[in-house]
Order: sequence, then C-alpha cells, then structure tokens
Amino acid sequence: MQTALFDHKKALVTVCAWAIGLAIFFPILWTILTGFKTEADAIASPPLFMGFDWTLENYNEVLERSNYFRHFMNSVVISVGSTLLGLLIAIPAAWAMAFVPAKHTKDILMWMLSTKMLPPVGVLIPIYLMFRDGGLLDTRSGLVLVLTMINLPIIIWMLYTYFKEIPGEILEAARMDGATLWSEIVYVLTPMAVPGIASTLLLNVILAWNEAFWTLNLTAAEAAPLTAFIASYSSPEGLFYAKLSAASTMAIAPILIMGWFSQKQLVRGLTFGAVK
Amino acid sequence: MGSIKLENVTKSFGDVAVIPPLNLEINEGEFVVFVGPSGCGKSTLLRLIAGLEDVSSGNIYIDGADATGIRPARRGLAMVFQSYALYPHMSVRNNIAFPLKMAGMAAAEIDRKVMGAAEVLNLTDYLKRRPGQLSGGQRQRVAIGRAIVREPKAFLFDEPLSNLDAALRVNMRLEISELHQKLKTTMVYVTHDQIEAMTMADKIVVLRKGVIEQVGTPLELYRNPANLFVASFIGSPKMNFLKGKEAARHDAHTIGIRPEHLSISRQEGLWKGTVGVAEHLGSDTFLYVTLADGSQVTVRAAGEVELSHGDSVYISAETDRIYRFGPDGLALK
Repeated sequence: MQTALFDHKKALVTVCAWAIGLAIFFPILWTILTGFKTEADAIASPPLFMGFDWTLENYNEVLERSNYFRHFMNSVVISVGSTLLGLLIAIPAAWAMAFVPAKHTKDILMWMLSTKMLPPVGVLIPIYLMFRDGGLLDTRSGLVLVLTMINLPIIIWMLYTYFKEIPGEILEAARMDGATLWSEIVYVLTPMAVPGIASTLLLNVILAWNEAFWTLNLTAAEAAPLTAFIASYSSPEGLFYAKLSAASTMAIAPILIMGWFSQKQLVRGLTFGAVK
Repeated sequence: MGSIKLENVTKSFGDVAVIPPLNLEINEGEFVVFVGPSGCGKSTLLRLIAGLEDVSSGNIYIDGADATGIRPARRGLAMVFQSYALYPHMSVRNNIAFPLKMAGMAAAEIDRKVMGAAEVLNLTDYLKRRPGQLSGGQRQRVAIGRAIVREPKAFLFDEPLSNLDAALRVNMRLEISELHQKLKTTMVYVTHDQIEAMTMADKIVVLRKGVIEQVGTPLELYRNPANLFVASFIGSPKMNFLKGKEAARHDAHTIGIRPEHLSISRQEGLWKGTVGVAEHLGSDTFLYVTLADGSQVTVRAAGEVELSHGDSVYISAETDRIYRFGPDGLALK
C-alpha cells in the first residue's frame, strides 16, 4: 500500500519535472523548427508545429549572405580567450582569498560581486570611449579584455568556493616538502581542483559565448561574434523569422553540443562540495 | 644534527596570546613529546617550529642557526600531519617522491630513495595506488615515508595516530618508536594522549594554556610531578586527590595517591569504603570506591579481584608514595 502511494508520488514528480523541462526547452525547440520553415510558414496563424514543408533554404541563404565561419571563430577566440585569461588571474586570486585570507577578504569578495549588480549600460560610454582611444574597438583582443573583466568576479567566486573545500593541511604539507608558492599552485592545488576549474571554465565559456551587450556594442564587422551575426537578421528590411531562427540555431548549436557533452562535468562541478 | 632551541618564543592570534614567552631545548636525537589537553598550544608550538606559523616574538634555532624567519622547506624539517595530508591525485610513489622532486633531485636517485623508504615501511606493493585506495594505517605510513626520504634534521608529528582505531594505534606507536631507534633522528611529537607520551618519549613536555608545566623523562614526571596539573595528567587511571583532614594529617593542602599505590582488603585498612563500580580487565581490576567521608577514590588492584558493586572494603596507601601539594597547587618537597 505504502509502496503504491510512493510510486504514485514518484510518477507525479516525474511528470512535473518533464513538463517543466519541456517548457524551458520549448523556445529553443521552436527556434530550431522555425529555421526549417519557409518565411510564410514561420508566421502562419495558427502556428504550425510539425505539419510544414521542411526546407534548408534559410540555411543556404544565411550562409550565402554572411560569413558564418568568421563569426564562429570570433566567438571561439573571444569566449575561450577571455575564460583562459580570467582563470590565469583568478586562480592565484582565489588561492590567496581561500588560504591566506586577510582582514578584508570577505569585503573584497562582496565588492567584486557588487560590480555584477551594476547595469552594464551604466558604464557603456566610459568603456566605449576608452576602447576608442585605445584602438580596441572592433578587435578580438578588446572583447577578450572586456569579457574577462565582466566574468572575473564569477570566476573568482566559483574557484574560491572550490578551493575552500581543499584541506589547508595538504598545502602546508607541500610547503614543508619544499614546494615554492608556484609549485604548490601548479602541482598540488590545481590538480586537486580540476573538477571545479573545469566547470568554471565551461560555465564561463558559455557565459562569454552568449554575452550580447558588450559584443554588440563594441564590434562592427571585424571582431563581431555570433551574437552580432544573429542580430544582423533582425534587420530594418523587415522581419525574417525563419532566417533569424536559422541563424540563431547555427549560433547556439556549438555551445549546445558542448554543453551536452560536458553536462556531467558541469553538474559535478556546480554541486562540488554540496554532498560529501 | 637536529637540535632545536626555542628562546622567549611567543605567539598571539590577534589579541589572544596563545603562547606566552616560552623557552625550550630539544637535544639532537631526542624523542620529545608535547602533551596537554586540547587548546593548550601544543600544535601551535609545533607549527611555530615547522615555520607554518610565524612567531610573534622570540627566536627559534635549529642546529644552532637562527631559523626564525626562514620558510618551512628551508628549515630541513619534515612533518607528519593528523589528517595525513597526502596528495590525493598522486600515486603513493609520487607522494613519497614529491619532496625529492621539489628539491630537484635526479630521477634515478629519487627512484632509489623511494624504493628504500617503501621497503622500510612495507609499502612496496602499494606504490601504484592512490591514497584513497589505502587503509588508514597505510596512509599514515605513506605520510611517514614522505617525511623519511628527505632525511630531515628532525621529524615533527602532529597527533599522527588520532585518526586510527585503537589496535592500529598501538601498532603504529611501536613502528614509530622503532623508526626512531633505527634513524636516531630528532622527533617532536604532539599528542593529547598521555599513554602515547609515556610509551614513546625520551622527554615529555607538559603544556597547559601555552605554558610549560614540566619537562622530564616519563618516569620523572610520574615520580615527581611538579604540580597538581601534571600529577593529574600523567598516569592512568588518574591520581586520586584528597583534601581536608586527610591532607592536613600530611601537612599539605591536597594529597595525591596513584590508584596503583592503593591496596584493597576486605578485613582491615586505613579507610573504610564501598565499591561503586568494579571494572574487571583480567590483568587488572579498577575499583571506584566511595570513602566514609564521601570522597571518591580509584584503586588499581593487580589481577582478578572478586569484588563488585556494594561490597564494603578497606583501603590502605603506600605512605612513601603519597604526593603532597600546597594551596597554590605546587608539589611540596
């Protein structure tokens, strides 16, 4: 009797979970489907879910009209570059905060987080001017720089929490064993924090890949990543839902595939230390 | 090689003085045990010697040279931690080899030394394993192996056995003692367990609230405790203390008698009492007796003594083994 009740509950929870999951995924599914419709089908009312003529026309046109590969490469360079640069700065910073905290370490952490609360548009003009004067507008290096700055608080916070989980005695043992600060971080701390570092890396690549405010405002043509590529299809010539959807699908596909393959690592890293 | 001297060493964390000015000399080749209740500053003292904490003032000399400001690795000391502190991502071999690698030793030489240490510690079959795949005792041996290969001037042990079960603890205690006989290197060992201190030490340093209460060989501390604290801390079961009339009769504020210096009889004796609890260990019997004046004493009787709860008994003390203490807690001569 009790088992039956339990099974009932479990089934209900499963159904709810699937429903919520599908609801969240639906916009992405809809985008992917719309990418394969003709422009007429895309705006049909009532909307067509499955019963339409599948076509690759949009993809053809999008590929013809813009240089997808260049945008793709820009996205790769910007997201991977800013993440790696961020990690390079954040690992020593998080090490210091986790293992040799000073009186104001907690305040500094809060202050860093508070920078994320500022609406980006509030600093758009000063940063734009700095980029203009520094010759960084529409350059990959400029975007790498700005995205590193934007995501650094998150990278440091994530690493800080992972590092806090590592027993200090092990690092002290390394110090007794003659490790310099550098070898302590390279040979002991970093390998032990690999799950945490990996999920930080993945999450930041995703954040940087999807970042649209700065990438749209600071690029024109040369360094424009996939976000700009999508944006170029919501043009003043009229709305082309199908082409916009095809472009969006092409823009999110790489990161979606990467996320799919690394989801185990991501979940493990994000729940690191939660269960012990 | 391997003498350590602390001169007016102090340590404060913020406003809290953990160690008031302290002086101590550890001779070459000695096995010194720091013992005391938790929070007495014994681990802090060890960490000051190791260099993992900076002294607030005073000097630390290792082999006569001032090592006060020198970083841990340069002091030539090796430490074994309570949690073993092995590198979980490295094999046993790499764990033991790590300090040698950091010292920039040639690979062949490292290999030879690691094999040597592994043989001494019975770890040859486990070299490829990760620490996670080892038992507690084996992990402790790896930690010791990592310390041995460096051929340090002294070994520092921070409560190394407290994570092991009772049986293994006795074994490891022996192994560490044997290691000391073999290597003849200075060892400084921190524990809260007075049995470990008594069984392993050449010299025991009893600490309370950062202050050295007494320094001496195990038997010196057992025979001539300097004060009530040392008297109650050293020896198991604990020393009995009597105040009032009994103490006054010996011209003291408090008298102390060890459980093994009391004898028990059904017929006659100095004090009359009733057995509360009798613990029969076979080799010994511990009797917890309430005396006529209400005070509690523990008696250690050799062998199997057929007494149990509620039995009336008489207790006598070996008069020449009664310790006398003044009102300030210090031993009276």
